[in-house]
Amino acid sequence: MSRFSKPILLVALCCASAAAFAFDNYGIGRQATPAEVKAWDIDVRADFKGLPKGSGNVQKGNDLFEEKCASCHGSFGESNEVFTPLVGGTTKDDIKNGRVGGFVTGDIPQRTTFTKVATISTVWDYIYRAMPWTAPKSLKPDDVYAILAYFLNLAEIVPEDFTLSDQNIAEVQKKMPNRNGMTTDHGMWPGAPASKGGIGNGGKPDVKNVACMKNCKSEVQIGSTLPDYARTAHGELADQNRSFGPVRGTRTLGQGAVTAAPAVDPNMELATKNGCMACHGVNNKIVGPGYAEVVARYKDQPDAESRLTAKVKNGGQGVWGSIPMPPNGHLADEDIKTLVKWILSGAK
Amino acid sequence: MSDLDKQPGRVRPAPENFLTEEQIREVAAGRRNFLRRSLMAAGAAMAAPLAARAADGDPAILQLPEWSTTLGQPVAARPYGMPSKYESQLLRRESPGLARVGGASVSFCPLQGLFGIITPSGLHFERHHQGWHEVDPARHRLMVNASDPAFLKKPKVYTMDDLMRLPPVSRIHFIECGANTGLEWGNVAVPTVQYTHGMLSCSEFTGVPLKTLLEDCGVDYKKARYVLAEGADGSSMTRTIPMEMVENGEVFVAYGMNGEMLRPENGYPLRLVVPGVQGVSWVKWLRRIEVGDKPYATKDEAVHYIDLMPDGMHRQYTSIQECKSVITTPSGGQTLLNKGFYNVSGVAWSGRGRIKQVDVSFDGGINWQTARIEGPVQNKALTRFNIGWKWDGKPAILQSRAIDETGYVQPTYGQLRKVRGTKSIYHNNAIQSWKVVESGEITNVQVL
Repeated sequence: MSRFSKPILLVALCCASAAAFAFDNYGIGRQATPAEVKAWDIDVRADFKGLPKGSGNVQKGNDLFEEKCASCHGSFGESNEVFTPLVGGTTKDDIKNGRVGGFVTGDIPQRTTFTKVATISTVWDYIYRAMPWTAPKSLKPDDVYAILAYFLNLAEIVPEDFTLSDQNIAEVQKKMPNRNGMTTDHGMWPGAPASKGGIGNGGKPDVKNVACMKNCKSEVQIGSTLPDYARTAHGELADQNRSFGPVRGTRTLGQGAVTAAPAVDPNMELATKNGCMACHGVNNKIVGPGYAEVVARYKDQPDAESRLTAKVKNGGQGVWGSIPMPPNGHLADEDIKTLVKWILSGAK
Repeated sequence: MSDLDKQPGRVRPAPENFLTEEQIREVAAGRRNFLRRSLMAAGAAMAAPLAARAADGDPAILQLPEWSTTLGQPVAARPYGMPSKYESQLLRRESPGLARVGGASVSFCPLQGLFGIITPSGLHFERHHQGWHEVDPARHRLMVNASDPAFLKKPKVYTMDDLMRLPPVSRIHFIECGANTGLEWGNVAVPTVQYTHGMLSCSEFTGVPLKTLLEDCGVDYKKARYVLAEGADGSSMTRTIPMEMVENGEVFVAYGMNGEMLRPENGYPLRLVVPGVQGVSWVKWLRRIEVGDKPYATKDEAVHYIDLMPDGMHRQYTSIQECKSVITTPSGGQTLLNKGFYNVSGVAWSGRGRIKQVDVSFDGGINWQTARIEGPVQNKALTRFNIGWKWDGKPAILQSRAIDETGYVQPTYGQLRKVRGTKSIYHNNAIQSWKVVESGEITNVQVL
């Protein structure tokens, strides 16, 4: 202490008190308990900070996936019906090189999760926090390891008898097919640049234009025009603009095609609210069959109502293809009855 | 234009413009008998009100409407006010085929009919990753913690009561989805500005600077250089935010939007506001902030919201929405009523600061004129521009080009694709072109 002169000591004290003034200044909010932090702090970083201990094998993952995930993703994570595919598009060479070759050659028909993602932690974190789609955060860490092991096997990164755990996940990371496929060399990170411990080049744009004002070019080159199908694909554009003012919406579906707002159908509302319409159209197949197809198949069966009620309640698979219908135990029996009657009457 | 002429509500200058273009030419040629004949024929053929208009004047003036002759509604007939029943056309709409599940989809804001810079809260675009909920504010909590206990003196929990007692800021900012205009990277795909640019909105947000909360928890800025924001919904969406944006006071946790609480679809009761950064980082239903020493490579920065470049590499952590503009009126899917004067209007914005200038071209980018900017011009906010135009009835291509305070000039499609190709999905800020043909119909085209 004696080495410091008095003024310097005063400055030091003043700064210390300023910092303390900001910390806990308002007397508002309270300290989080360790249990509270543990309950919510579920993120897993690329260096596996935050990863819970645990393990799961490919076989268990296969079973869990079939039960909880296949209705949206298909049994092999290949389905493109509800979401883009999880697995596919990667090769042995990609696993060796850490670059998905299809992106380099441009010959990649469909981007899948495993063609894109560089970090296996991302997939672990996402399944744990957000899946399954209708029951997020219901999986235990061991379930997540198992499902991820199943993906890794589908992507031919690990063998069929593999068990994934917190102990070997870093080894698996070294085989991720697109692990070297990410770059942060761009000017679109709004923080410190890589040269100062941050990300990117410090905000330097990659595309440049100049503000020419007169005779900027000799001709106007049109690269693309609106395709005919796209003119009408978004409905009647005349009805998407005011009926007064300086312009009108262009009438795309023809004179007299003005459609009144449809009356709200309570049955349709019930079906939408409970997620039925995410997989079934009234007339068209989405993931499962359209209701018109259901009627066509069951209309002459006297026990159609009770059979369909059981299917809605308990789920089913095979009648309409390999993608299973999940059980809907959360629906009240009365609502199921209403919905089945409505579907069998043509969903009108 | 002919069917537009018959629509009720069309305001027509009287009397010479009652005639069709062909008839006007006849008159100009001196065939006055034709004019008399055509007026009589029009009177006989048209419905009664129109005939009355032709004879004595406008029935909208001559016959007093019921709102001038009867008693109106009392106050608070609608305790929460709604738009006029005549405004039913401008709605949030989905783009068919874009997403297959409504819970992970987008509804686009009807920019084609909006004025100024503030988006009505009920028309704010929506993007949900796993559906939206009505979150009970009494049970909503915001937790602030750290990836390492050394980065924060005290992890804390705040209720909405707590947050709304702290000193707030109110600021106007745009929010744009990183995938806005993403359907158009390769070619023209959608017909109107609602679908090309409608993942864009602008509101006045009110809330507490995140800096205030982190300092209240005793953050160590030297060690914690990144922030993770996490939502309370099923997807519990997470994104990495740079601490620099927190330290400079820009980032705030917002509860207010346009004078009232946030709408449920927009994150009620609490969302993050990250000015100039793509919407996915404005985490809704915000439940947790974690400070850390590394970025997080979350699902929406490692599987989605990564920009594929022509060399096969994906750009990660692309966050800034670069300078962009679009003419909203007149625009694709609209039809001009007739020749003559129009006010051409649009919006410009930049994730790097204020808009400095907007130029408009009517000939596909050969010549440009500087538009009038409606001030005050605000940081990282929509900026409205207007410019007068006399349409001569000939084909035209309308474009707008914005310049921000850093001097960055919004690029053409040709310039953008030369660097980034056509498969990036995200961050398409190219100059938009609207083609006008003789009939007055306007369509979406891309000028290279």
